[in-house]
Amino acid sequence: MLRTLLLTLSVVAITHAELCKPDAQNAFKVRISIKTALGDNAYAWDANEEYLFKAMVAFAMRRYSSKSTTQISNVLLCNVTDRVSFWFVVTDSSKNVTTVPGSEVEAAIRMNRNRINSAFLLSDKTLQFLKITSTLSPPVEPSTPVWLIVFGVVLCLIVAGIVFLIVSGIQKHKKKNKESTERENLEEKVEVTLENGIPCEALDLKAGHINGVFAADDERFTSL
Amino acid sequence: LSATPEIPKEDGRPKWDNKFQYILSCIGFAVGLGNVWRFPYLCQIHGGGAFLIPYFIALLFEGIPLLHLELALGQYLRKGSIGAWNSISPYLGGVGAGSWVVSVLVSLYYNTVLTWVMWYFINSFQEPLPWSVCPLNENRTGFNEECYESTAVNYFWYRKTLNITPDIAESGTLQWWLILCLAACWAIVYLCTIRGIETTGKAIYVTAIFPYLVLTIFLIQGLTLPGATDGLIYLFTPNLDTLKNPRVWLDAATQIFFSLSLAFGGLIAFASYNPSKNDCEKDAVTVAIVNSMTSLYASIPVFAVLGFKATTAYCDCLDRNIISIINEFDLPEGSIMRQNYTSWISFLNSSYPEKIAGLELKSCDLQEFLDQSISGTGLAFIIFTQAIILMPGSQAWAILFFIMLFCLGLSSMFGNIEGVFTPLLELRIISKSAPKELLSGIICLISFLIALCFTLGSGSYWIDVFDRYAGSVPLLVVAFFEVIGVAYIYKIKRFSKDVEWMTGRKLNLYWHITWRFISPLLLLIVFMAFVTLQMQKPPSYPAWNPKYEGFPMKEEKVYPPWVQAICVLLAALPGVCVPLVAIFQLVKKKLRSKDPSFIPPEMFSCQGANS
Repeated sequence: MLRTLLLTLSVVAITHAELCKPDAQNAFKVRISIKTALGDNAYAWDANEEYLFKAMVAFAMRRYSSKSTTQISNVLLCNVTDRVSFWFVVTDSSKNVTTVPGSEVEAAIRMNRNRINSAFLLSDKTLQFLKITSTLSPPVEPSTPVWLIVFGVVLCLIVAGIVFLIVSGIQKHKKKNKESTERENLEEKVEVTLENGIPCEALDLKAGHINGVFAADDERFTSL
Repeated sequence: LSATPEIPKEDGRPKWDNKFQYILSCIGFAVGLGNVWRFPYLCQIHGGGAFLIPYFIALLFEGIPLLHLELALGQYLRKGSIGAWNSISPYLGGVGAGSWVVSVLVSLYYNTVLTWVMWYFINSFQEPLPWSVCPLNENRTGFNEECYESTAVNYFWYRKTLNITPDIAESGTLQWWLILCLAACWAIVYLCTIRGIETTGKAIYVTAIFPYLVLTIFLIQGLTLPGATDGLIYLFTPNLDTLKNPRVWLDAATQIFFSLSLAFGGLIAFASYNPSKNDCEKDAVTVAIVNSMTSLYASIPVFAVLGFKATTAYCDCLDRNIISIINEFDLPEGSIMRQNYTSWISFLNSSYPEKIAGLELKSCDLQEFLDQSISGTGLAFIIFTQAIILMPGSQAWAILFFIMLFCLGLSSMFGNIEGVFTPLLELRIISKSAPKELLSGIICLISFLIALCFTLGSGSYWIDVFDRYAGSVPLLVVAFFEVIGVAYIYKIKRFSKDVEWMTGRKLNLYWHITWRFISPLLLLIVFMAFVTLQMQKPPSYPAWNPKYEGFPMKEEKVYPPWVQAICVLLAALPGVCVPLVAIFQLVKKKLRSKDPSFIPPEMFSCQGANS
């Protein structure tokens, strides 16, 4: 009984070592940077975290293929370093000693990347699956570009300023014209009353004087 | 700010509300974008603190005398550039015409630079800043290729702003977003210059003072950034050996000359609105010193920020290397820090040299990052924007920075436009009864329509052409004839009497010596050296060509012959006005002297003091 147990255990260990090794077929390297992501709140990577990782991969496989055959024991981890980095494979429980094709694993991880990241409080950059690229999210673009709105505001202010200055200029011009015509009228009235120091009314009332110097010359002119 | 409406003098000429407005306008005209993005660069490449020696010598013997000359001229003759030079002598009218042509050419392209500043300003209100991230390519698998190979900042400048073509001969299409910003910029210029100095005098309070505020804020913030002190030490460490290179002296002389905005006619126009009895000597010294001090003051935050950027780039370089090493050797995180990087590298190199070589680590040298110097638009739109992304609260810094650049450029535009506007007003292009607003509107509209050429895909190449040829050599020619004209045709004795009448004291020996001998000689030497240097350089330009093998390096292309012809035309046109007008006047005089009934106008004109 004990011997069979030992035998199965050693077989399992050997197959484990054969299936999961660096650069094995359908194996993926994972690199985790906990300290970069969390700083002082970093947790230590231990066996419990490894168990959670296996669980998340199994969960991803189940969701992707929607058959509930993948178990946590199907996910094999190996070569864990201090970095923290390791390799993993997913074995197929229905077929003996084979691994699930890499494309399936890749698709499953990609589909559930968010869930896996948030389980570990990490992001795409700090929990890297080295052969699996992540789709980049497009930047959020508002319907009207922001710069157009700002430009509209600036232009409205400028146009308002120009209109204000032109209108005030026209008003000042009109006021100046009105003032200058009023001043002209005032001066005319003043001038009318005092021409050459003699009041014109006085001149009008007086009869015309005959200037002797010119009166004499009248005879020299030929009469019409 | 005076609330009372301005009372024009008996001759109907407008005047400044107060002396401070006039000084501020002159300072605003002189202090421009070059103080921020050319002077620090020159300091850096010409031996740091040692550059100040030729700079101050040039200021003393070239800058201040020429500035005093222009201000005294304008104040005494009370006319714009064309009218003033016609008053000095009809044969020298070409000097005024030449400076008017230069003002026109410079106004056209200068406002397009402000258009770029405005475009960046209105894009600074987004989170994240649009020049900090690369856009994705069509199938969303990676970033846009052009952006990925250069940087996001370069991509935003060359593609999203300029949409630049790979060659100056390829015009490309009009960029509608730049047309909008250009229209807004010319509208702002119209708003501020609508009634000449009446409106610019009010606007200058903001546009001349605000940049100093922003520079101070950047100074305080810049000094707190990590690596700022490295940048400042690098900038100011004097290297006296560079003074042996004559190129340094030439650069100092040209920098002083172009920085003070001499020979544009704008300073003459500003001074012509002054009361006659104003101390122009003190004004000239004040403006020149403030301009130089501003250049120095501006270089401190610029270099603090550049030092910060170099340090960040250096740290990024180190971090990237560290990550590569950690990933390769599967060492725990945090085992290699920046401090023990060198010891780790030497240890690993001795134990696993092939692995280290296989990683292709870049050598990180702080000095190399500090040495990357650049001037002009590249400093503002590429280097500085990159540094702003790294600062916390980048939107605020970007907004402040671009408003500052806009104010600096706008106050210089006022001087340029005044140099165009005042002579046209005096030449009575439009009838006296028509409002001034109409003339300024026509000037701004025509300039906007012509400047649309600069919004084409090849626009920025054309602006470089204008800047190199129209905004450099003609000014030296005009300034040389200005000094010769006043010193030898109008005669220094007469001019010194005029200045004495204005300032109330005798002209110092310093002015006599500089105006008669030193400044003309210096200008001649600078002009010859400058032209010789320009001819030695092949007429080539750096083109942004994504299909070039060395991309993201720029491709050096030679100007096609028709562009070279335009360059020569731009450089020669203003200078050629001087002899052309003189010949024209000579011919006119000869023709009239043959007509016996005609009384020569010299009998009536009193050359010099009038009105």
